[in-house]
Amino acid sequence: MQEYFDELTEYATSLLTGDEVLTTSFSAEDSDFVRFNQAAVRQAGRVVQKRMEISLIRGQRHASVGMTLSGGLELDRAHVRKQTISLRELLPQLPEDPYLLYSTDVRSSETHGENSLPEASDATSAILSSSRGADLVGLYAGGGIHRGFGNSLGQRNWFSSYSFNLDWSLYHRQDKAVKLNQSGFRWNAAKFDEKLAGGKEQLAVLSKEARILKPGRYRVFLSPAAVWEIMGTLSWGGFGLKDHRTKQTSLLQMIEGAARLDESVNISENTAEGVAPNFQGAGFIRPERVPLIERGCFQSCLASPRSAKEYDVQTNGASASESPQSLDIEEGDVPSSEVLSRLETGLYINNLHYLNYSDRPNCRMTGMTRFATFWVENGNISAPLNVMRFDETLYRLFGTNLIGLTTEREFMLDPTTYGSRSTFSARMPGALIEDFALTL
Amino acid sequence: MHAKIEESFRRNLPAVDFCSLRLVDESSEDICVRQDVLEPVHRSTDMGAMITVIAGGGLGYAATSDLSEAGIRSALRDAQYWAKRTAGKCVVDFSKIEMASPQGEYRTPVRSSWTSMSLKDKVSLLMNESQRLKTDDRIVDWEAGMSFVETRSLYLTSAGGRVEQEISQLAPSLVVTANEGTETQTRTLNGHGPCRQGGLEVLEEVGFLEAAPVLAAEALQLLGAPNCPSGTMDLLLAPDQMILQIHESIGHPLELDRILGDERNYAGTTFVTLDMFGSYRYGSELLNITFDPTLPNEFASFGFDDEGQPATKEYLIRRGILERPLGAGVSQQRASMAGVANSRAQSWNRPPIDRMANLNLEIGSSSLPEMINAVERGIYMKSNCSWSIDDSRNKFQFGCEWAQLIEDGELTAIVKKPNYRGVSGTFWRNLRMVGDEKTHDILGTPNCGKGEPNQVIRVGHASPACLFSNVEVLGGE
Repeated sequence: MQEYFDELTEYATSLLTGDEVLTTSFSAEDSDFVRFNQAAVRQAGRVVQKRMEISLIRGQRHASVGMTLSGGLELDRAHVRKQTISLRELLPQLPEDPYLLYSTDVRSSETHGENSLPEASDATSAILSSSRGADLVGLYAGGGIHRGFGNSLGQRNWFSSYSFNLDWSLYHRQDKAVKLNQSGFRWNAAKFDEKLAGGKEQLAVLSKEARILKPGRYRVFLSPAAVWEIMGTLSWGGFGLKDHRTKQTSLLQMIEGAARLDESVNISENTAEGVAPNFQGAGFIRPERVPLIERGCFQSCLASPRSAKEYDVQTNGASASESPQSLDIEEGDVPSSEVLSRLETGLYINNLHYLNYSDRPNCRMTGMTRFATFWVENGNISAPLNVMRFDETLYRLFGTNLIGLTTEREFMLDPTTYGSRSTFSARMPGALIEDFALTL
Repeated sequence: MHAKIEESFRRNLPAVDFCSLRLVDESSEDICVRQDVLEPVHRSTDMGAMITVIAGGGLGYAATSDLSEAGIRSALRDAQYWAKRTAGKCVVDFSKIEMASPQGEYRTPVRSSWTSMSLKDKVSLLMNESQRLKTDDRIVDWEAGMSFVETRSLYLTSAGGRVEQEISQLAPSLVVTANEGTETQTRTLNGHGPCRQGGLEVLEEVGFLEAAPVLAAEALQLLGAPNCPSGTMDLLLAPDQMILQIHESIGHPLELDRILGDERNYAGTTFVTLDMFGSYRYGSELLNITFDPTLPNEFASFGFDDEGQPATKEYLIRRGILERPLGAGVSQQRASMAGVANSRAQSWNRPPIDRMANLNLEIGSSSLPEMINAVERGIYMKSNCSWSIDDSRNKFQFGCEWAQLIEDGELTAIVKKPNYRGVSGTFWRNLRMVGDEKTHDILGTPNCGKGEPNQVIRVGHASPACLFSNVEVLGGE
């Protein structure tokens, strides 16, 4: 695959005339997807796709085209040639772009994953066999993911990874369910059985009569997955340089006002310990770590090349969306073993759902509890809870109302598959919070 | 190219119960001027095919961008492999599912083609609109853009079915953001909702060329406006918020695959159950909801869905009573219930599932002044900016960009950060007045997410303005 991409980049480069510069960006996957409902298969299949993006640059004029590749060299060369000519014809119609920035410092790199995955159908058989009689629903997604960057200056970057992500839940009835996940680079049937057994134990608690809470303020524990949901919403316009400079960031009160988070909160983009490629579409290499919030205060933004040029700062290799891909929150000082006793009485929230801003400039978010959320009394899980809506600011959640973050953190691979399988991940602690506002 | 692919498929048909090929050939262009500077123009081409095989009761699919004869043969093998490996392990015995084998074609009617205007003229048009958005120093960001997609598809079945469709879609956008200190307010053209099928005539249809100065003035007004009050009151919603309300609290809960449990791990379940159809009072007598992919210029029109079912208009809710789910052929047979032609996939690389297409609230008889006059204490909200709902599609909270109080039958103060929340069933039963044709708008969304593997799809919604009673309204911090 790498040779194929290199060959197409070489070919595209050979088509250049005069002072033209070209960049190529490659994305491919060979994935098996098996969708389950009621411990049976709903849909199963394979998706093989390859895409390349070519940007043609002459001076400050540039344009780009994305194309699906067939995998046949002759056909794809013809496609590349046609599109490159078309871009060349487009350039005179375009004005000069004052914010064009691409890497001219040639920094090549290669990361090759090892393929230790089983046949997806073998994993499927194991899943179906173990879960017979249970109401299991979810998706197994596995296979190779490939990313590449090249330019006519000679830079080449390559990343390949072979992973799986089994994102699933076990249902008791209606909306009472336990959310589970097993992901990584090697399938382990015993580990699946262990998770299944653990899930069934939680289902026993979920089968008890649900407690119905009134809106009000409660002490809560947010699991690492629930914390990631909040951070996922914050990542939507919270950390990008463009959002900061145009005052659209949801951290506006932290930037322009006096709002801050608790001293114990340190958030960074931790590329070194994530699973995403360390290069981006304009050829820049991401630093190992970008501190975003340190000791509760704003530290730095994610700056794409375009924003960096516009606002005259250094890029730190962020993608065009300026969202984190390997988000990391430093551990706190609450041992996970003490979470229930320190929660004492309140909600143990395993998952949150469908968050959105209800007041963006004040970083207030609303969302729902989902899956296994339990009522805890005197340090013991006593009953499942019906879903509740919350509406809270980040500054209360991780500031004035934060009791503490857990000492243990969870490393989670993003199971999303929009367009293609994600390479995002997060390392999150759990959070003990008081006076958490439930509204509906 | 398409003819060669068709020949390859026909020549290599395996001996199975059913086999189909769905070819998608899509090209798109995105042009945006931000702060009077042209953003990188982006063009895209995407072509691939999905093969589906039903054999021995199992179902398998294989998607490939290798459209050579060898590539089609390889995809046929992969799809057969998965059909064989899932036989006897599926949610339904697929050998008993009747698949359509249609003949037909469909083309979006286009009055003014995308290519009838040069790129230079398109950029010039957007530059002009961008400049009209920057009316004040407090405006800190602004942009004008157009996103055009042309999709040609070919659906073939082993029984000789053949459908060709050509869809053209345009989504124009205007965004303006104003700031003062720790307050930032954004106005958009209809909350990113103006998207329709057609060509450049869509710009005129959605009022793209008149909106810029109004949006800029409203963003500035909001900066100085008081916070939306809290309390229970009447709520008048403009079409560009109604579409979100319909989408989240009627569209998704009525999807038959959600009712059957397929979506429970990702998008969620639904409070709707199979026994509710035919009797459940979803809304007041004034609520009439239709699924209608036959309208020529709404965003998600088509002649046939992605499994070959012909498009027809169907009532889902009539005079407030739930009649029919949003379920396509496979789901209909799993549930033994009539549905609609809504089997849709994002593209060639995702399998079709139950989806919304054009989901509309039918026009009523009240004028906008009549609805305002009917309110003693209430609020008028427009342009969606926030959406959140539980996984059973019951408890929701939505936010809008702009609102105006209604006091004693008159529109009064403008307020910022308007939100409201409620529960789907009770909310729709409080539908008090439905607007007439003058209050009606045809809009949509290009980004409806659902499914495993995940898919985003383009959906159309049309609605008049509507008035609701007893709604919990709230503002910002």
